[in-house]
Amino acid sequence: MKLSGFFFLKSVSMALSQIWANKARSFLTALGIIVGVASVTAVIAALTGLKAKVLSEFESVGAARLYVFPNRPDNAPRTKFPWEKCRLNVNEARAIMEQCPSVKGISPIVDVPMSVESDSELIEGMSVSGIWPAWHDAVGRKVLRGRPFSAIDVDTARQVALVNQAAVDELKLDREGSGGVGEYVLLGGRRFLVVGVVETLQARMFGMNSSQAEIFVPFSVAEKVLSGWYFMQFVALARGPEVAEEAQAEIEYVMRRTRGLQPGDPDTFRVAAIDQYINQFKSMAAGVTAIAGGIVGISLLVGGIGIMNIMLVSVSERTREIGLRKAVGATSTAILLQFLLEAVTLTVLGGMVGLVIGKAMAIGLTLIPGANLEKADVPIWAIAVSLVFSAGVGVAFGMFPAIKASRLDPIEALRHE
Amino acid sequence: MEEPIIQLRSITKVYRVGVETIHALRGVDLDIGRNEMVAIMGSSGSGKSTLMNTLGCLDRPSTGEYVLGGKLVSAMKADELALVRNEEIGFVFQSFELLPRQTALENVELPLLYSATGGSASARRRRALEALQRVGLGKRVDHRPNQLSGGQKQRVAIARAILNNPRILMADEPTGNLDSATTTEILALFTALNHGGQTIIIVTHENDVAAHCRRVVRLRDGRILSDLPAEEDAEVAPYVAGARETQRAQLEAQGAAA
Repeated sequence: MKLSGFFFLKSVSMALSQIWANKARSFLTALGIIVGVASVTAVIAALTGLKAKVLSEFESVGAARLYVFPNRPDNAPRTKFPWEKCRLNVNEARAIMEQCPSVKGISPIVDVPMSVESDSELIEGMSVSGIWPAWHDAVGRKVLRGRPFSAIDVDTARQVALVNQAAVDELKLDREGSGGVGEYVLLGGRRFLVVGVVETLQARMFGMNSSQAEIFVPFSVAEKVLSGWYFMQFVALARGPEVAEEAQAEIEYVMRRTRGLQPGDPDTFRVAAIDQYINQFKSMAAGVTAIAGGIVGISLLVGGIGIMNIMLVSVSERTREIGLRKAVGATSTAILLQFLLEAVTLTVLGGMVGLVIGKAMAIGLTLIPGANLEKADVPIWAIAVSLVFSAGVGVAFGMFPAIKASRLDPIEALRHE
Repeated sequence: MEEPIIQLRSITKVYRVGVETIHALRGVDLDIGRNEMVAIMGSSGSGKSTLMNTLGCLDRPSTGEYVLGGKLVSAMKADELALVRNEEIGFVFQSFELLPRQTALENVELPLLYSATGGSASARRRRALEALQRVGLGKRVDHRPNQLSGGQKQRVAIARAILNNPRILMADEPTGNLDSATTTEILALFTALNHGGQTIIIVTHENDVAAHCRRVVRLRDGRILSDLPAEEDAEVAPYVAGARETQRAQLEAQGAAA
């Protein structure tokens, strides 16, 4: 059987007039689809925005950045690799600096809990980080005011400190427009001169720390008060993003040699490139997308059942019309297609409305201050997927009513009251 | 003699309703020639509806052969029958069966929706307009059914039925929902179409309607009871002279108007 283009055109226009004639009913029926598509669109927009933001932050500074962590191998005897053997040593950072040609700079970072005191404030047990001057380049954090650490600060273990803006605020160091520079803080009871202020990092994405204050001192100063348990990591900067992998391999080689690990011994440390974080983030985002997709699947299912219900009502209301159409020559296939097209038109319209609402929600997200979603947008693929899914729901749930319509006997249908 | 366009041979139709078996048609032989205008009459349960459904290719006989225009339609599948209904048969129903949200023109175009050879949009429109003009509704093409009188609705339905120039026009109680003046108009329209060469079959139980036809076939208990010219059918005969008179008056009125 051959159906003309006129048939399809006319079927869609009749579907539209049918929907228009039953506006309220059609809207309520499509609500499930509308809500489903709108919510998935908004979630995808938020994730897209978050991803764009995170990736651009990572990439602006991070592609050449490498981290070294202590790492006790899994499944290895605790006696063979005790924690003391895994923990990083500042000499290893020196070895990396000297022996790795692809590494431009490296800084250990050691966190020491100390009491921090200004003229008016006292914070107990705050984490103070010991760093080398290369830290500024390696993590890409410049000073806003004052100066960065210099080699002399470290070599002579001067009692100087860098603070971030949050620490300036929390410790009320900004007196008489100094911005904090030139003030003194007491760290563990000793006086430190604040030489510079660095930017405060954006809030951590997951979980807010109660305090975002950070204080840095020269590594040599922190080293003096290290005792017992402490945690040290290295941050290194490759000479460029293109040699990040070489730098990683060199660091692994130097670390194994310095530690005297035999071939076959597992690594007692871990070198992580920022790429791995990006991938981790991407897989997490994919996970969230999948969960959102599942939720949307459920709402589309519910919406689809509504569609099926209303199409069954429509078939029953229009039984005589179906009988007439068959009498003037409509085949079962033609009737099937007409009712399917009507269901699909309804769901695709619902999908479009949902997309518009989702887009509006995405725009709303970009306006939330501090949510890091200013790049939230609905990607083209999401639009395509939403419409294809909406149409799919129309086909899947419109099929049963359409088959029912197509199988009506024309004589019975024309006799229907 | 010219081959009849409808040939029914030993048509039977058996329904099963639950455990009951209903013999709606028990062996019907009937020939209808081109350009005839036939009334099919009978009380309810006589099998006239079943016969109409069979003639209209809405239903297939249980046994027997039905040849329409040289084609053995009794052996056809559902989709082939749909095509036959689309191209060879026009239906007119008692309750018009117009689509309420479509204009008169769109209602008339409906059969073209299901034909593979509908032609261009303008050709379709032209054909539908022609059909509406033939039934005298050339000026109401954009009206919706609720803006039309009963007679006008039935005219739209007739225009839809004759759109594809069908071999037969099947009318099932076409005047059952109309007052007497409108009934006369519609019957005159049928007569005029018949004079123009259209074969017409009218199913009715009203003698004065049947009187407008030239041949009356009566059914009882699934068999043909009688098959006579209208003026020889005892019950229809008294109305024939009146019907002829009305037809002549209508034709003269049309002639005068033209």
